[in-house]
Amino acid sequence: MTVRHAELWMAIATILLSLAFMYKSTDGLSIGWIPGTGPGSGAWPFWLSTGMLLASLWTLVRWFRGATPEARSSEVYISRETLVVVGTSAGAILFLLAATHFIGMYAALLLFLLFYFRFIGRHGWRATTLLSIGIPVFIFCLFEWALQIPLPKAITEPLFYPIYDLMYS
Amino acid sequence: METILVSLGGGLAEAVQPLNLTMIIIGCVIGLLVGAMPGLGSVNGVAILLPITFLVPPNAAIIFLAAIYYGAMYGGAISSITLGIPGASTAVATVFDGRPLAQQGHADKALTAAATASFIGGTISVVLFTLFAPPLAEFALRFGPPEEFALMVLAFATFIGLGGDDIPKTIFSILIGLVLATIGLDIISGKPRLIFFDVSGFLHGINFLVLAIGIYGIGEMLWTLEQTKGQVIVHKVQTSFRAMFRNIRDVKHYAGTTTLGSILGYFVGTLPAAGATPASLMSYGLAKTFSKNPDSFGKGNVAGVAAPEAANNAASTGSMLPMITLGIPGSPTTAILLGGMIIWGLRPGPLLFSEHPDFVWGLIGSLYIANLFTLLINLAFIPVFVRVLTMPFTILAPIIFTLCIVGGYAPTQTMHDVWLMFVFGLAGYLLRKLNYPVAPAVLAIVLGPLAELSLRQSLLASQGDAMIFLERPISATCIALAVALMLYPSVRRLLERRKRAAATE
Amino acid sequence: MKALRRLFLIPALVITASVAVLMSATASAAWQPKKPIEFIIMAGTGGGADQIARLLQGLIEKKSLSPRPFIPINKPGGSGAEALRYLKDKAGDDHVVLVTLNSFYTTPIIQKNLGVDISQFTPIGRMALDTFLLWVNTDQKDITNLDNYVMKVKKAGKNWKVGGTGTGQEDSILTAMMESEFGYKVTYIPFPGGGTVAKNLIGKHIDSTVNNPAEQNEFYRAGKSKPIVQFTEERMQAFPDVPTARELGHDIVYYMQRSINGPPGMSKEAQDWYINLFKTLFNSEEWQKFCVEDGLTCDQWVAGNDLAAFHKEQAARHKALIEKVGAAAITGQ
Repeated sequence: MTVRHAELWMAIATILLSLAFMYKSTDGLSIGWIPGTGPGSGAWPFWLSTGMLLASLWTLVRWFRGATPEARSSEVYISRETLVVVGTSAGAILFLLAATHFIGMYAALLLFLLFYFRFIGRHGWRATTLLSIGIPVFIFCLFEWALQIPLPKAITEPLFYPIYDLMYS
Repeated sequence: METILVSLGGGLAEAVQPLNLTMIIIGCVIGLLVGAMPGLGSVNGVAILLPITFLVPPNAAIIFLAAIYYGAMYGGAISSITLGIPGASTAVATVFDGRPLAQQGHADKALTAAATASFIGGTISVVLFTLFAPPLAEFALRFGPPEEFALMVLAFATFIGLGGDDIPKTIFSILIGLVLATIGLDIISGKPRLIFFDVSGFLHGINFLVLAIGIYGIGEMLWTLEQTKGQVIVHKVQTSFRAMFRNIRDVKHYAGTTTLGSILGYFVGTLPAAGATPASLMSYGLAKTFSKNPDSFGKGNVAGVAAPEAANNAASTGSMLPMITLGIPGSPTTAILLGGMIIWGLRPGPLLFSEHPDFVWGLIGSLYIANLFTLLINLAFIPVFVRVLTMPFTILAPIIFTLCIVGGYAPTQTMHDVWLMFVFGLAGYLLRKLNYPVAPAVLAIVLGPLAELSLRQSLLASQGDAMIFLERPISATCIALAVALMLYPSVRRLLERRKRAAATE
Repeated sequence: MKALRRLFLIPALVITASVAVLMSATASAAWQPKKPIEFIIMAGTGGGADQIARLLQGLIEKKSLSPRPFIPINKPGGSGAEALRYLKDKAGDDHVVLVTLNSFYTTPIIQKNLGVDISQFTPIGRMALDTFLLWVNTDQKDITNLDNYVMKVKKAGKNWKVGGTGTGQEDSILTAMMESEFGYKVTYIPFPGGGTVAKNLIGKHIDSTVNNPAEQNEFYRAGKSKPIVQFTEERMQAFPDVPTARELGHDIVYYMQRSINGPPGMSKEAQDWYINLFKTLFNSEEWQKFCVEDGLTCDQWVAGNDLAAFHKEQAARHKALIEKVGAAAITGQ
């Protein structure tokens, strides 16, 4: 896909998004001017999303006219090389978030960091292991111990009971 | 005047007592660290340490908490500059120029500017606080919804120059920020709005940090990965005492914007509804508008770091004013400080000054001392912070991703927000590649809720008559200033063109 | 060989240790929290409920009443709707409790598709009843009692601006109750938080408000605002000269409860442990002192099934109130 195509698709996506916001703003809310009280509860989001729609249409018109540098560009939007570099990172984050729901944030972080340091960064096993364990431990100390913000643990919860025993005894 | 000096002397003497001084130093360090973590701010530090303070006398405790508050304000700039992620909404504007400076290898310059500007902002505002607390409290009371709305119009007017060169894309960016800000409960009608697919996570709205960390943390990191092709890049940095002193001496180049930012920050901070974020944004916008070289802003202008930092520190002191004199917190952090004061049996309100002068002056005294110590501690740590940038990118990137995720989780403690942040990050990355400016969306999501609420409150009060904004002197003045600011760039361009035409003739 | 044996020894040790931990947890009869307890607040930072939660958290720590800390988490979304749904989804969890406002009753009634039935929550204890008074700025010299207040409001009609903390909140219900009792219609302007309302009253951006004593006390002491009438059954100790609405022949009595509740299906042992803990707090000197200073009523400890009965009665009352004044009068549209 070239930048030129990407700009067209993005304009279409922003138009659809604006329409979704406009539709949702009318959902049980008043978008008009209520005499004596001013704009209704849906007016602000509705008319601003209408503005989003107009701005997107404007971009679309400019695209057809070739008015933006992007609309004239025939460069590749996301090259294969970029896809590999950015895609693996984004995919790793996606995995981290999804895994958090099942094995909790600490275990997911451990796997994420392990993968990143070893397979993207190509660091040695020693540095990889040290950092992959050290960072979650640091996060644990800072969040759970110092700031008292519990991070999600899902099924790994019971593993933390002995640590709590140590922390609060 | 004389009584103020005597009271202040007493307060300073109180603050330098060994226990209180220790509290100030520990508080500053904790605040600095908490503030430097993206997603965590003074609210976390202050809220969590509140119970600990039962162990020490109330005076020392409130001094401790105020020191954390101060430290966190300084700390916010550190993550904005070194990592490019605003740690708190108050540090958004610091990213605009702080990040480019760091990328050019001038992180030490930016950090020093941030620290010195913060110190100047803090000092100016504490002095103003000392001299004019009661009359300013009276003035803050005159700010009702119409004045707040006019102030928001003024804030938006200062950003005119911040957008990109593509007008429809800039407009889109502002509007999407404003619309995203309306998600959640509308307090005027009591109805939930834009709750997509009935997901309960949307009920609390979209926290500013979710958008900011998503765009600046994840989106920016992906962008950098693309630029570097995942290669190991090491920034060259050198730090020496001589360089540091030179950086501090550079203050004179941006002394004007810093002073302006400090005064502006203080006044905006004292208004209960506004606070430090609009203050820092307005300060940045003004610095750019009135700069001799506005085009260099956003590309690594030191004044672009100094202006917002001076303003946000000044505003954080300012927001203590309504808390102490009126018992109304100007920010979530002061709200918790207020809770702390109540627990200790100190009732903030119009009578606090006369009934507990020792406490109030002790607090003011500690603000002077805390400000000084935070500056020293901060300057001492700059080489350490700068070192962060010398880490190989394949180590730094996953650490930043980790900080983004836990930081996105911390404010509301829901995974919903972390997912949203990830989506914003990806969308921000894709949009940015197509020359959509993302900063306006972040500004809009911060100011949008305030603007809408005050607009609708005003119209409720006037029963739908929009003239209310022009009939009241303060709001009319703000709106006139806003119009002038909006016209200023084009007028200046016109004048320059005429001058050039005259020169060529 | 020796090395191999050591390798096996480690998992064996870990298993033994975890079994021991599990055994000891089940062996002791009395329930004890095993991890930090989530202390959910259905309102934002700085409000009344938040102050109470943070005070209780501090007291628990100070008196070392719990082996694990209580961690306050604010979930103000949708007038507490988010907090209620969160608690519902936490069914059967013994490590989460909720501090309530009256939106505990009103939010499920107003937001019908929320799908939360509060009678399923585990009642723990009622810490206090908060009270309401009608306040005006002291500069309104011609308002000295309820009669001339009503007269002035009637004359002003929609020009009379009443400030509050949001449509659907306690004070908006009370405002709607007054409108239907006295037969006038005012303009209700919502602000985020009771403190902001108080500031706008002092700054004369609104004409009157129904505020909790805690939010107005300091302005009252400074002579900047004055109470006209109180909506309690009997005159409060802190306001001996202010008549109650009931004395004046208007049956408007309204309280806000501050209670602690667990998620549906909390174990009996855990419930007993929490009841015991909060009872100790309720009877503590610090809490009682806080109640007196903040104009809260804390005479009677209501816990467990008694609290469930209280919730049931209050929920029914709110339903009737909302029906009487009309949900439209509260939601404004």
